[in-house]
Amino acid sequence: MSIALETRGLDKEFGGFKVTRDLSLQVATGARHALIGPNGAGKTTVINLLTGVLEPSAGRILLEGHDITDLPVHRRVLRGLSRTFQINQLYPDLTPLETIGLAVSERLGGGGNWWRRMGTRDDINTEIAETLSRFRLLDVMNEATANLPYGKQRLLEIAVAIAAKPRVLLLDEPAAGVPEGERKDILAAVAALPRDVTVLLIEHDMDLVFSFADRISVLVAGALLVEGPPDQVARDPQVKAVYLGEAA
Amino acid sequence: MTAQADVGYHARQYAPWRWSEPAFWIIAFACAFLFPSRYLIMTEIVRLGLFALSLDLILGYAGIVSLGHAAFFGLGAYSAGLLALHGIINEPVIALVAAGLVAMAVGFLTSFLVIRGADLTRLMVTLGIALLLEALAERFSNITGGTDGLQGIEMQPILGLFAFDMFGRTGLFYSLAVLFLLFLLAWRIVHSPFGLSLRAIKNNPLRAAAIGIPVNKRLIAIYTVSAFYAGIAGALFTQTTALASLDVFSFERSADLMLMLVIGGAGYLYGGLIGAVVFKMLQELFSSITPQYWQFWIGLVLVVMVLVGRARIHRWALFVPNFVIRQVAGRKAVVALSDNEAP
Repeated sequence: MSIALETRGLDKEFGGFKVTRDLSLQVATGARHALIGPNGAGKTTVINLLTGVLEPSAGRILLEGHDITDLPVHRRVLRGLSRTFQINQLYPDLTPLETIGLAVSERLGGGGNWWRRMGTRDDINTEIAETLSRFRLLDVMNEATANLPYGKQRLLEIAVAIAAKPRVLLLDEPAAGVPEGERKDILAAVAALPRDVTVLLIEHDMDLVFSFADRISVLVAGALLVEGPPDQVARDPQVKAVYLGEAA
Repeated sequence: MTAQADVGYHARQYAPWRWSEPAFWIIAFACAFLFPSRYLIMTEIVRLGLFALSLDLILGYAGIVSLGHAAFFGLGAYSAGLLALHGIINEPVIALVAAGLVAMAVGFLTSFLVIRGADLTRLMVTLGIALLLEALAERFSNITGGTDGLQGIEMQPILGLFAFDMFGRTGLFYSLAVLFLLFLLAWRIVHSPFGLSLRAIKNNPLRAAAIGIPVNKRLIAIYTVSAFYAGIAGALFTQTTALASLDVFSFERSADLMLMLVIGGAGYLYGGLIGAVVFKMLQELFSSITPQYWQFWIGLVLVVMVLVGRARIHRWALFVPNFVIRQVAGRKAVVALSDNEAP
């Protein structure tokens, strides 16, 4: 089994308060791995450490065996690590066409070109069209993002992350705040992610976690509590006590 | 039509040439022929327009606020002055480019300070750099002429063919030509993938980095280009007036510039040009009414614009420029700066 994403003894402190404690996590290539935990367990901090938004106090992060701990955010993306945000992080003034176009041109190495007119490279156009149609955004591609319904914005959020053609994708609560009627589009998009993309899912929604994940890690107070296949995690008495136990 | 061709077509439509754009430039050049008695003020407007265009590149597209853009204007002005005064480069066009490059180099070096921090930090850093340069220019008066400025600048003919005349005719056409060429270049830049990535950074730097855009590199690049533009505007000032004094660095110059962009609107290139025209017209109007206190009225206009809301002012008081703005900017019209970008 090859490892796509790995952390070794990851620590993060904010002014003496440890938010992440000695976290060693291994995500297998092609896995559907979920990271769950009660509110305040530090799940989003882990994502921010993995993507480079935050710098760890100690420990290393490896992407496909290469140490990426010291790389800036955009370099990790070009190495194949991409993410979605729990709260949409889109460009309100730009259209889906422009948003996806940016991600594709950046990856294909045309993003810094200051002379070429947009829309003149066929390889980039093809990929934009593919991504937009896969996420059913073709019909709204010329609307300003701010004017899209929330469900469409959520789809765009995932589409942008996919447009970066990640080999490892971090999904931070993809269905958060999506109204019931638009939920199935999101779940379908998540389920339809290519199998060779490794996915680490951060999620509150247990239905989504147990229908999607083939492996689950439980994070409590910044430390790894239990890790295993879904049925084992669901039966684990420790997990029941701290997490599912709240409801039982 | 396939989806791919469709996407390409729509992407290209984001940067169309509208009928109003050639019209804008035809009117601009026509004015130069129609009002021979107004060469000097028109030259000033063209210069201001170029200067405002340079601020628009960083403010309207990349969201970098600056209260010290006169730093680069001043560097360009003194460079052009010194080159001509000491006969280092006699041909004005080459001297113009050289002066622009000096400002560009300083722009590149200071960009590393500017990209750090948020808006308030940037305002202070840019302001500080301009004040610093002004003080340096005063200190080294043996080079800059101190408070007297550079005197006795004599300009050679442009390309060896067109001599500057006392009415300012050559100066005006020269400035207009420079503005037009640099405008075309800016147009290419902002409609390129690079230009789009700047707007992405302005919209959401967090997401921009998360799709692989090297945010700092792009900001450094556009700040450097903007400094070049401002330097050229400053060099034009010296070349067309044969003067360069300390006030090229002044805070008022940077502040007026911001005002022009507020009037004309940022983020579609014509805002600075339209803002420069309106600003200069207002200044002329007010100073003909009250020669001493015209600044009072300009100040009042600014306060009213910010308080009453630019959108409303634009609808009523600035109907004509606003109409022009809509014609040239179209769908993406940002008629005024949004409130959080107000100076």
